Amino acid sequence: MAAVQDTVEQVRSIDVDQYKYGFETDIESEKAPKGLCEDVIRYISAKKEEPEWMLQWRLDAYARWLTMQEPEWARVDYPQIDYQDLYYYSQPKAFKAPKSLDEVDPEILKTYAKLGIPLREQEILAGVEIPEGERPRIAVDAVFDSVSVATTFKEELKAAGVIFMPISEALREHPDLVKQYLGSVVPPTDNYFATLNQAVFSDGSFVYIPPGVRCPMELSTYFRINEKNTGQFERTLIIADKGSYVSYLEGCTAPMRDENQLHAAVVELVVLDDAEIKYSTVQNWYPGDADGKGGIYNFVTKRGDCRGKNSKISWTQVETGSAITWKYPSCVLRGEGSSGEFYSIAISNGRQQVDSGTKMIHLGKNTTSRIISKGISAGRSNNTYRGLVSAHRKAAGARNFTNCDSLLIGDNCGAHTVPYIEAKNPTAQFEHEATTSKISEDMLFYCMQRGLTQEDAVALVVNGFVRDVLQQLPMEFAVEAQKLISISLEGSVG
Amino acid sequence: MAPLLEIKDLHAEISGGRKIIDGMNLTINPGEIHAIMGPNGAGKSTLSYVLSGKPGYEITGGEVIFRGVNLLELSPDERAAQGLFLCFQYPLEIPGVSNMAFLHTAVNSQRRKRGEVELTSPELVRKVRELGQTLGINAEMLKRPVNVGFSGGEKKRNETLQMMLLEPYLCVLDEADSGLDIDALKVVSNGVNALRSPERSMLVITHYQRLLDYIVPDVVHVFAAGRIVHTGGKELALELEATGYAQYQNEAA
Ligand SMILES: Nc1ncnc2c1ncn2[C@@H]1O[C@H](COP(=O)(O)OP(=O)(O)OP(=O)(O)O)[C@@H](O)[C@H]1O
Ligand SMILES: [Mg+2]
Repeated sequence: MAAVQDTVEQVRSIDVDQYKYGFETDIESEKAPKGLCEDVIRYISAKKEEPEWMLQWRLDAYARWLTMQEPEWARVDYPQIDYQDLYYYSQPKAFKAPKSLDEVDPEILKTYAKLGIPLREQEILAGVEIPEGERPRIAVDAVFDSVSVATTFKEELKAAGVIFMPISEALREHPDLVKQYLGSVVPPTDNYFATLNQAVFSDGSFVYIPPGVRCPMELSTYFRINEKNTGQFERTLIIADKGSYVSYLEGCTAPMRDENQLHAAVVELVVLDDAEIKYSTVQNWYPGDADGKGGIYNFVTKRGDCRGKNSKISWTQVETGSAITWKYPSCVLRGEGSSGEFYSIAISNGRQQVDSGTKMIHLGKNTTSRIISKGISAGRSNNTYRGLVSAHRKAAGARNFTNCDSLLIGDNCGAHTVPYIEAKNPTAQFEHEATTSKISEDMLFYCMQRGLTQEDAVALVVNGFVRDVLQQLPMEFAVEAQKLISISLEGSVG
Repeated sequence: MAPLLEIKDLHAEISGGRKIIDGMNLTINPGEIHAIMGPNGAGKSTLSYVLSGKPGYEITGGEVIFRGVNLLELSPDERAAQGLFLCFQYPLEIPGVSNMAFLHTAVNSQRRKRGEVELTSPELVRKVRELGQTLGINAEMLKRPVNVGFSGGEKKRNETLQMMLLEPYLCVLDEADSGLDIDALKVVSNGVNALRSPERSMLVITHYQRLLDYIVPDVVHVFAAGRIVHTGGKELALELEATGYAQYQNEAA
């Protein structure tokens, strides 16, 4: 019950006037030559000691990408990206995949400690003091620029049969699994940024949960862009085999820089019969300054395939960062009785632009989906929800419920809702609710009359607005998310 | 003894609009209960907003001293922490924020501003439950979002609960009786009366003598056209019930 109070207190205790993750780590790096060409792709593939088929897969994507156009339909506006002016690969110098944490560069360990991400296994994500034994345990894969620098709890996961490792390592140790599933959800033809990712992706996490296994702890990947002018292209692949379950968390930050940085990730989820993946993201890339200078371009393709019957995918996202967000975590509901969920909080402030939503594609019989989206716009930002719900001819009994709420703070921001609904089966039932409201002066005054400062009042009202979605997050992430929400709305009123 | 509240020749208008408070004077001593009665549109609610610092009003003259400080210089939350409580005519709804969490945040915000020790969750919960019981507010209502879906009477009980918990020095009640059935009226009045103390004062805005049977005032003012035009004892409320405001409106004009 004191969650709101806690938030208010936590926000107070944080130095709020700046993006607190904006520091830079001084570490020497080794980069591929600037720009993109076949040789750079060969360089990346060689660095990763990849099999020949993998290199070919990349080169095919590159050839296709050269023929593709950057999409323009989203409600976002940014100057032309010069793809030849970027580095596509960067790794800490003298990097050798560490065998244990003791081998990880202390500067990097310090970076993660500063970010509140524990690589020491006894600590937890939110850094809260919890007595031994009651601590939720989270296995972390830490990706620094283009490479995974540490993965924790490896032994314990291995005992449970769970595979959790950098995808580059999985390519060497479990090539058949990777080959079977990689690109099976997001095909090479999918979209401009996904195809680019396929050509140049550097690292990311690979997860395989064997049949009937409930993963013994939360898994998480923490992405950090450090290098200048470096794109980050990670690729995540998670497979939940029959009857298994896993909860996966993803977090990210970057230093404050005046130039924009490109992040084009791909996440693929595959869920077989009666299995479930819960995927949560707290996205906090550097959003740029108040005038819109700098910040991350976050162009991400996330898709899950509910391949088996009664399989389930749940996407939960808290999006507070990035100069531009372009992302639509989706579910392909193929298996009979499968279900997809999308819970989203997207906050934009300053000059941020968000075009985000989901796609629920009902292919199988009696498939269900649920979308709860909360958009909050402040400052001079623009926040668009874009969602597709479709039912294939054969998707008898498909059902969807969509609820899309927008909250405006101030007079200079925009909120937009763009729903696409296509039902080719007459028995499909789709429900759509949408509201747009302004944070009311009267409500803030009421809170202030009871003693809350204006900022606390805004935090309280916003936390109330997003509560349904926050409740979907694993507990430690919910605390983190509440903090982020309050911080990202600093200075949004008055 | 220093007065608790002193309003001296106060003039206020709606920002960019017309003048509503027009040369208002009022002194309230600690422990006193003052009732304000007056025709619709006279500016009674506006007075309560100006006192509590709601945005949208311009003070064009006069001053307000509350517990020795210049009230008009404080932000709304500072005024609240100083001990000014406004019982809203139309309490606001806050979706998604539980009543209990709201109370906790409010109490501790004020305590922090005053440099007092904050209440822990168990302390607060105990206190709120106790007060809730006297007002017929059960645990379920405390879990629900603030005022969302509450009936008119429940909202007023909830306002009273907040007031009892926050223990202000001056309670401004704006039509606390509107929308209340007889039983609720008694419950709310009992709550208000329980708060009566030698240090605490009340400013009760109402249209009906009925409320003043339960919350017995020391002084009754007639408020018309933006100022107090007549003052009397509690019997004045009865007179007004019989005669209406016509004579005072002429006086004010
Ligand atoms: N924000 C505003 N904009 C324009 N006019 C306003 C505003 N607020 C109040 N008024 C006007 O100011 C006058 C005083 O209103 P106020 O609500 O203070 O009256 P009141 O004495 O409380 O009336 P009632 O007994 O009906 O509650 C009214 O004529 C009202 O229409
Ligand atoms: Mg009124």
